[in-house]
Amino acid sequence: MLESISPFSEEILSNYPKPAAATPLNPRRRGIIIGASDGIGAALARRLAREGYTLALLARSADKLESLCSDINRTTGEQRVRAYPHDVAEYEKIPALLRRIVADLGGLDLVIFVAGVNYPPGGIDKYNFENDRRMIEVNLIGAMAWLNPVAEMFQSAKAGQIVGIGSVAGDRGRVGNPGYNTSKAGLATYLEALRNRLTRRRVNVLTVKPGFVRTEMLKAAQGPTLFTIPVEKAAEDIWKAMKQRRQVIYTASIWRWIMLVIQHVPSFIFRKLSF
Amino acid sequence: MEANMPLTLNNFTQLENFGHSLRAPSFRFKPTRVAEICEIFQLAEREGLTVTVRGAGRSYNDAALNGGGIILDLSAMNNILDWDPATGLVRCEPGVTLEQLWQRVEPEGWWPPVVSGTMRTTLGGCLSANIHGKNNFRMGTIGEHVTKFTALLPTGTEITCTPQENADLFYSMISGLGMLGVITSVTMQMKHIESGLLEVHAWPVHDLHEHLAFLLENAPKHDYIVGWLDTMNGGKSLGRGQIHAADYLHGRQDPNPQQTMKLNNQVLPPRIFGVFPKSILYLFMMPFANNLGWWGVSTAKYVASLRKHTFRQSHAAFHFLLDYVPNWELSYGRGGLIQYQSFLPSETAEDAWREMLTMSLQRGMPSYLGVTKRHRPDKFLLTHALDGFSLALDFKVTDKNRAALSKMLKEFDRIALNAGGRFYFAKNSETSAEAAREFLGEETIQKFKELKKRCDPGNLLESDLFRRVFG
Repeated sequence: MLESISPFSEEILSNYPKPAAATPLNPRRRGIIIGASDGIGAALARRLAREGYTLALLARSADKLESLCSDINRTTGEQRVRAYPHDVAEYEKIPALLRRIVADLGGLDLVIFVAGVNYPPGGIDKYNFENDRRMIEVNLIGAMAWLNPVAEMFQSAKAGQIVGIGSVAGDRGRVGNPGYNTSKAGLATYLEALRNRLTRRRVNVLTVKPGFVRTEMLKAAQGPTLFTIPVEKAAEDIWKAMKQRRQVIYTASIWRWIMLVIQHVPSFIFRKLSF
Repeated sequence: MEANMPLTLNNFTQLENFGHSLRAPSFRFKPTRVAEICEIFQLAEREGLTVTVRGAGRSYNDAALNGGGIILDLSAMNNILDWDPATGLVRCEPGVTLEQLWQRVEPEGWWPPVVSGTMRTTLGGCLSANIHGKNNFRMGTIGEHVTKFTALLPTGTEITCTPQENADLFYSMISGLGMLGVITSVTMQMKHIESGLLEVHAWPVHDLHEHLAFLLENAPKHDYIVGWLDTMNGGKSLGRGQIHAADYLHGRQDPNPQQTMKLNNQVLPPRIFGVFPKSILYLFMMPFANNLGWWGVSTAKYVASLRKHTFRQSHAAFHFLLDYVPNWELSYGRGGLIQYQSFLPSETAEDAWREMLTMSLQRGMPSYLGVTKRHRPDKFLLTHALDGFSLALDFKVTDKNRAALSKMLKEFDRIALNAGGRFYFAKNSETSAEAAREFLGEETIQKFKELKKRCDPGNLLESDLFRRVFG
């Protein structure tokens, strides 16, 4: 089920030309998207490149990344994005890769953590520890491995923006996928803690909780997929929230009200529900 | 710093240019000894990072910024190593500021021969940009008063440069923007003064033609000359303003030099009229930092300047105009400011600046500052000076005007280059590689690149400016 892992290659990196110099009249914001090869990550890459960001795109699949990068660079007409094949579960490689990217981009203003995997156990009486572990390793520990050093950089720079893609699935522990719920709940709590630490250092931490978005991962969803939105709509919502330096958003926004209700369903009822 | 220094992420710092219009996060190190600089170079090589030397960070552009790389902040290497009041020779570490320097030498009858409009600059930075003052036409740039400096190359080699020894490096590291090596000590000749005061003359000039003709004619008669140009009014009065010229006092002209040379006669007062603290003055300037407000300020200033007069002023008060209002640059607001300075030959300056100033008024993006100076050429490799004048303009940057301002300054570049003009690497932030090639000439660029290869074969020294202009 897991894709083969592309080794992080020094040669690929050193071939990139430096991005065009930022000047006061042509400022450049620089960002990293972790988990950019498809879905919300790829849509955000397209959206932010259009806004003038210079971006490092990270994902496991080098091929997918390369074709996304060449597509974006062709559309924008300049070297706005570059590919860094990477598996977030290779935690020990992260600090050096982060430094490499910051040097390549000429600074860092934004980090978006989108990487996530979803392996439903396939029934409310089924358990799969290997899958659960992988979900925690990628969705939660991967986020901590990246965002801890990023937070450290941003807090001393007293500037920056962190965006984490959580899920409505993190708002309640449900019968369908305990491992996924836990990974996203943990991520939301971790991001909240970062926000509480970093707001005083002028760093914005945005938690995004998507509902159903038309991505590969949607196939893992069980039951009806209500209010499904295209990835472009999710990317647009996230970009708007980033500009306003919001703290927590749902996309589509109706999920805020749905989840408000779901969060308040008393346990004695929730225990009997089958979703 | 410890001997075995790890490159940790907690020295990641957001640094800005003087005009607060650029931000670049970098890993900042603040060494106090030359040996530590060596270690930082080794570290940079290991990590594949580039290094930029930074002093006071008073460049208006990206000269001391290195986004994502290492900043070698030399401001803590700020000891005056030797000072001989008998000869006026001083030897300093590179982080010594002009403020430290003049406060040390002035009470004993000496003054730095060349100073910038702010005293917060460091000597290392002054040499790297090869700064000039209001006496450029007479005394040249600061480099012409350096008798010797030592430098550390990224290879770890320490060198000594004088106009005779390593002359090619002497004339290229001064003006070399810190891209060839790190200056580790500077020996300079101070200028003897016989009074703590200057005699200052002020005259009004009524248009651009008169303005430049006045500078040309009167510069040879004075020790310093500088013009203020009213950038907010066009038409017939375009280029009007006020000229200030200053002369040293000699012999009996100052009846009490012991008194006037005392330090407390020089330092700028922290309060206006003895009551109003200047540290918050910039907040009161903010409401005027728009076209209408500044038109009012400029017009009032011009009317006030119509009276010809002569007065005496301390050296510090005459030179360090930019330090009068602390943090004045913050009054430009969130987008900060950029400076655009062009150097033009005497023959072409008037037409070119008429075109630029008219364009800026027509497009509703007037400069809020106009300062003119008289210049002469010098022998340094990346020189900005020529036989002619310079005009420095300050533009407010906002999210709305960025694109239009960028377009206008590209047109300014074209006008200046067609008129045989040059630009200054401590000031202009938008000068492109093509524009630099055009005014420096292919040969100069090749020579600089050859020296760079010789001094820094690993390309460890790189700034955002270097990548913009020479990359």
